[in-house]
Amino acid sequence: MPVPDRIERTVELAHPPERVWQALTTAEGLGGWFGSSAEIDLRPGGTAVVEWKDENFTAHLQIQVVEPPRRFAWTWGIMGLPDDDPRRTYVEFTLEPAAAGTRLTVVETGFAQLPDELESSYRGNASGWAKELGELAAYLDAAA
Amino acid sequence: MQPISMPLPDVPSGPERGQQPGEAGTGWPGGPHDGPPGLRSAQDTERIAAAVFTALADPTRRDILTELARRGPATATDLAMVLPISRQAIAKHLGLLSEAGLVRPQPGERRRVRFVLQSAPMGVAQSFLAALARDWDRHLADLRRYLDR
Repeated sequence: MPVPDRIERTVELAHPPERVWQALTTAEGLGGWFGSSAEIDLRPGGTAVVEWKDENFTAHLQIQVVEPPRRFAWTWGIMGLPDDDPRRTYVEFTLEPAAAGTRLTVVETGFAQLPDELESSYRGNASGWAKELGELAAYLDAAA
Repeated sequence: MQPISMPLPDVPSGPERGQQPGEAGTGWPGGPHDGPPGLRSAQDTERIAAAVFTALADPTRRDILTELARRGPATATDLAMVLPISRQAIAKHLGLLSEAGLVRPQPGERRRVRFVLQSAPMGVAQSFLAALARDWDRHLADLRRYLDR
């Protein structure tokens, strides 16, 4: 079984896209189903801070795409790496109207990023992602 | 927990999803649906992660890695003094760990080879675990409950 770089899920929700959008992009929404509380500066380049009180964990989401009520994307850190590590995964929500309400797809990519040291340890074979994502992070920082 | 209805996933392509060229924030190389560039890195990642999990599945190898993490580089003889197995058995495990890239032999004086922990493969295994831990099934079940309440 390959190491997953990409996670994709689609769910049908019995609510209109506008309602789902509110749940995904407001402090009340994100604090209601995702974390235990949240703050959000909803704009590309803005930050959302989501706290999970019981797990003593806080995530800083860098918002990338805000296209109400269709597309919402952020990057966030990878478990086990330091908070300020430039390697992050990209999470994108797509909302499509469906007969029942909304078809919501979430895609998270970028788990297969390799630590930089591997480039020397493994003779560069594994460097593709690390390099591309370093460039992505620089691009996103510049665009922010 | 309620099961999530999960139809076969569509694989929508970037342009159909209203993505504009040069749009801020869509700088994912080749679009977010193209997957990792090059197959070799994915195979390498799997090989590295498999080596880490295989190594950690054995209690003696866990002890050896733990000891190297705690005290720093050590020879097989050093390790035999603190672990309840023979120097020969430790040497054999160190050989396996070297092949897996988890330790590196560091030649010293008078053939005293010290073994150094290599942390990079652990990072790869962490990425693997991070993907499993993200648990979107739970998050989406929570979202459904939140919307339905």
